[in-house]
Amino acid sequence: MNDQSMTVRGKDRYRSGVMEYKRMGYWEPAYEPRDTDVIALFRVTPQDGVDPTEACAAVAGESSTATWTVVWTDRLTAAEKYRAKCYRVEPVPNSPGSYFAYIAYDLDLFEPGSIANLTASIIGNVFGFKPLKALRLEDMRLPVAYVKTFQGPATGIVVERERLDKFGRPLLGATVKPKLGLSGRNYGRVVYEALKGGLDFTKDDENINSQPFMHWRERYLYCMEAVNRAQAATGEIKGTYLNVTAATMEDMYERAEFARDLGSVVIMIDLVIGYTAIQSMAKWARKNDMILHLHRAGHSTYTRQRTHGVSFRVIAKWMRLAGVDHIHAGTVVGKLEGDPNTTRGYYDICREDFNPMRLEHGVFFDQPWASLNRMMPVASGGIHAGQMHQLLDLLGEDVVLQFGGGTIGHPRGIQAGATANRVALEAMILARNEGRDYLHEGPEILARAAQSCTPLREALDIWKNVTFNYESTDAPDFVPTPSMAV
Amino acid sequence: MRITQGCFSFLPDLTDEQITAQVQYCLDKGWAVNIEFTDDPHPRNTYWEMWGLPMFDLRDAAGIMKELAECRRVYGDRYIRVSGFDSSHGWESVRISFIVNRPKEEPGFRLDRQEQRGRNISYSTHAYAAAKPEGERYG
Repeated sequence: MNDQSMTVRGKDRYRSGVMEYKRMGYWEPAYEPRDTDVIALFRVTPQDGVDPTEACAAVAGESSTATWTVVWTDRLTAAEKYRAKCYRVEPVPNSPGSYFAYIAYDLDLFEPGSIANLTASIIGNVFGFKPLKALRLEDMRLPVAYVKTFQGPATGIVVERERLDKFGRPLLGATVKPKLGLSGRNYGRVVYEALKGGLDFTKDDENINSQPFMHWRERYLYCMEAVNRAQAATGEIKGTYLNVTAATMEDMYERAEFARDLGSVVIMIDLVIGYTAIQSMAKWARKNDMILHLHRAGHSTYTRQRTHGVSFRVIAKWMRLAGVDHIHAGTVVGKLEGDPNTTRGYYDICREDFNPMRLEHGVFFDQPWASLNRMMPVASGGIHAGQMHQLLDLLGEDVVLQFGGGTIGHPRGIQAGATANRVALEAMILARNEGRDYLHEGPEILARAAQSCTPLREALDIWKNVTFNYESTDAPDFVPTPSMAV
Repeated sequence: MRITQGCFSFLPDLTDEQITAQVQYCLDKGWAVNIEFTDDPHPRNTYWEMWGLPMFDLRDAAGIMKELAECRRVYGDRYIRVSGFDSSHGWESVRISFIVNRPKEEPGFRLDRQEQRGRNISYSTHAYAAAKPEGERYG
């Protein structure tokens, strides 16, 4: 690509009128990003006939200081510092007409500790910019200096495990089904059965708030009866994600406080409440010893298509800064979108203290997390006990595996479904730790465990042929893309 | 009832051979193995009694199994658990924990409900066995 700076300098730079972005100082191929710069990587698809370098410079300009024409008031500022600088443009492999633009932003452009402020710049006006056909934010490098201005996950994986007294295995959950229509009393029944049967958590669905069939206080009261009964029946700590999503912050605080007063260890919010509300709830959760579960409701509207929107890996980074403890991050083998390599990248962003650049996982930058707490990824949607070896291999140990249909749909009832999942999980962990090749011997390990566990045998029989193998719509650009996990 | 704390409570009780394999897994990871016992199985009883210090320097599964046998000889009527502790930065906590010994009878827990204002209920959980003094609870 064009590697010459075209920046006009001195008095001519500020002559009134329209000037190309690449000549205004937003294209600086010699610029070396500083350790404290925020870096964004965009996938830019210019309109036909638009020079790619100019399009990428325009993205830098429109996401920082520029407007459509030269303004003399730039000269009242240290304008060169505040201009975002596109320093590298390269064609996207196998995607004619699309370009990766690397853009560096000075740290002073951002308010400390505010996702709202960060996103208002980086994904503000620029996504509607007419000279672009499409624009996607692929990844960001967040400097340590900026990371340290955020609280991070309220609880974190280690403390969550300590509080729950659960170590050495993935946690197990289930979303209560049907999603809508159960009364509080019936809803609590599902929670009780699932927890007593062996799950650690049950979960409200994203759209369970306070509807005519079940107002929120009814749900909380019956759910906590169920949690406490299950705890006494098993001697184990149990939790249910009480969704506190509501119309206003005041409502959400009211619900969260009620959940706390009833002794819940965890509450839940939806991504659609917005970044500021998420940060507020994360602070509340830290202050009230509460695990904060985030359901990524709505994300697929902007994360799923490769050409336009925001990659989920960026959302995951923002949410780790914002301070949630759990985040849905894909299952690979389940019913919802997610190719194995990309999903691996998301999981690393949630759980590692340092992410090295790994293009094959869609991770474009080294990302230090500077001891910010780790987020527990949640795998939910179309998974069942028969996939336990694959899930453990793909997703590892620090994850919540949520079997909704795979628990509640069990032919002998919810407790049986929960027990099947728990036995399958423990058998697989035992085998893995013994050094067995559990991925390949998985079906055999499960069959063996099922000999002393009828519910597991029934689960394996009923769901043995269920798979969701469709081609992914979002996969890394740098490797051949497997369309399924196995 | 059967309390289901720990990693493997839904499986049949582990044999010594199986426990040895899990201990070896911990040692291979560089974790310190710890043996603890209690006769108060309340789910929020974090601090079980330690059978000596965590075995930071013992790198041999057979040695740990000998300690476990000794612990069982003295406290065989109580719950005993084995855990692996990872001191590496960013974790500095337990990595795995599983029960290796149980009392013959596990009477379980009583759930008390205290009705409060409105429909609020305050819950508390009591191990039936813990009504007696420590050391006299099982067997």
